[in-house]
Amino acid sequence: MKDTEIRARVLELITSIAPDVDPATIDPALDLHDQFDFDSMDRLHLATAISEAFHIDIPEEDYPQLSALQSACRYIGSKLG
Amino acid sequence: MQIDYRLPSLGADMESATLVQWLKKPGEAVHRGEAIAVVETAKGLIDIECFEDATLASHVVQPGAKVPVGTVLAHLLSDTAVPSPTAPAEPGAAAPAAAAPTAPGVFPRQPTRPGPPGTAARARISPAARRRAHELGVSLESLEHGATGVVHIEDVERLAAQPAAPADARAAMRLAIGSAMARSKREIPHYYLADSLDFSAAREWLARHNAALPVRERLIEGVLIVKAVALAAARCEGFNGYHRDGRFEAATAVNVGTAIAVRGGGLVAPALLNADQKDLAALMREFSDLVSRVRSGHMRSSEFTSATITVTALGEEGAQLLWPIINPPQVAIIGAGRVSPQPWACDGAIVARPVLAVSLAADHRVTDGRAGSRFLRTVCELLADPAKLATAESRT
Repeated sequence: MKDTEIRARVLELITSIAPDVDPATIDPALDLHDQFDFDSMDRLHLATAISEAFHIDIPEEDYPQLSALQSACRYIGSKLG
Repeated sequence: MQIDYRLPSLGADMESATLVQWLKKPGEAVHRGEAIAVVETAKGLIDIECFEDATLASHVVQPGAKVPVGTVLAHLLSDTAVPSPTAPAEPGAAAPAAAAPTAPGVFPRQPTRPGPPGTAARARISPAARRRAHELGVSLESLEHGATGVVHIEDVERLAAQPAAPADARAAMRLAIGSAMARSKREIPHYYLADSLDFSAAREWLARHNAALPVRERLIEGVLIVKAVALAAARCEGFNGYHRDGRFEAATAVNVGTAIAVRGGGLVAPALLNADQKDLAALMREFSDLVSRVRSGHMRSSEFTSATITVTALGEEGAQLLWPIINPPQVAIIGAGRVSPQPWACDGAIVARPVLAVSLAADHRVTDGRAGSRFLRTVCELLADPAKLATAESRT
């Protein structure tokens, strides 16, 4: 899967979890908590959505890698090989 | 004479509300200051009150309808011969927003600012567009804002398809929070207690429990806290229920209101029903569903009105300790701070442990510090032994 496809899908997932977030305003390098007040439940929802959309297992200790758009895409890319 | 009872403005930024429930039936007498219906604004359910003594003649708007400020909700029959100052001079011709009454007898109260004159708005909006705006609940001010020429039907439909401006939602929510908290501070003699516990056992238990589960079924710390509070509420008298009409009414069910932050500011505290009776997996599913619906704006009114006690957990990024304010007519609220590494005395030595501080604000008309201490201790003991929490019964 291409990086651009991963990114587009992750953006979709973020806005499905947080419909009040405008995807155009997401800074890919910034923590979603700092930008949009993502709490532990939002983070779990995002981990669930990514895990199910890309068919990958995400151990709890990897959650921090999903905290920003950029790092999440990189993580998914590495998991998909 | 007949009076139009219109949806009042609860602030200059409020454009519409959804009628949730009629509290008065046709034929019933209504008195000045009495609640006549419940409406839902951006966040809160708000009782709207009648502004004069009259009889309710008929409902015009049915529950579930979202209508702009100024819409006629009901017809009242008044004995007085004096025309109501809120009745429009030209029924049907007046713009709904421009004809809005200035919130007489409405709770929460807020001074209203005059809006732009209705005639100015009408001058640039085509009659067909104005009719469509009325049908779709689009305010004429919002149509006029930013328009450079004549406003047509297509402009109205485009605007109606957009979500409500976040600024409106935030203002309405802030108003509702401010009103409820001011009432709480004014009426409830709060007392405050705090305790703390070594949270390492809970963390280790959660990590082990979650490691074997797919992401969707994993638990978060907040669920343990809700469950511990629910069990303590079921076991300790005087914390679960309402203070109404000068006395405490214990609730039979334990419905834990959970404060959930709303992005951009504000919070809501919908309830997890019968939380003491449910296992952690079921509570987690319901909590998760509740947060999703808070994010997407699909709250159920029963969730707003059924909480018998409230929990507010600040989470990983929050402060270490908080002193919450009781959500009336409830009589207790439990605060949980951020779990943080702290020096902790253990077997005569000081060690670093993840520590959770838990606080209680309770109503002195119902309980005192001794009962409150027992309640907090119960919460802490349950959280310190999560395996027991997972299998605990509500009564011991």
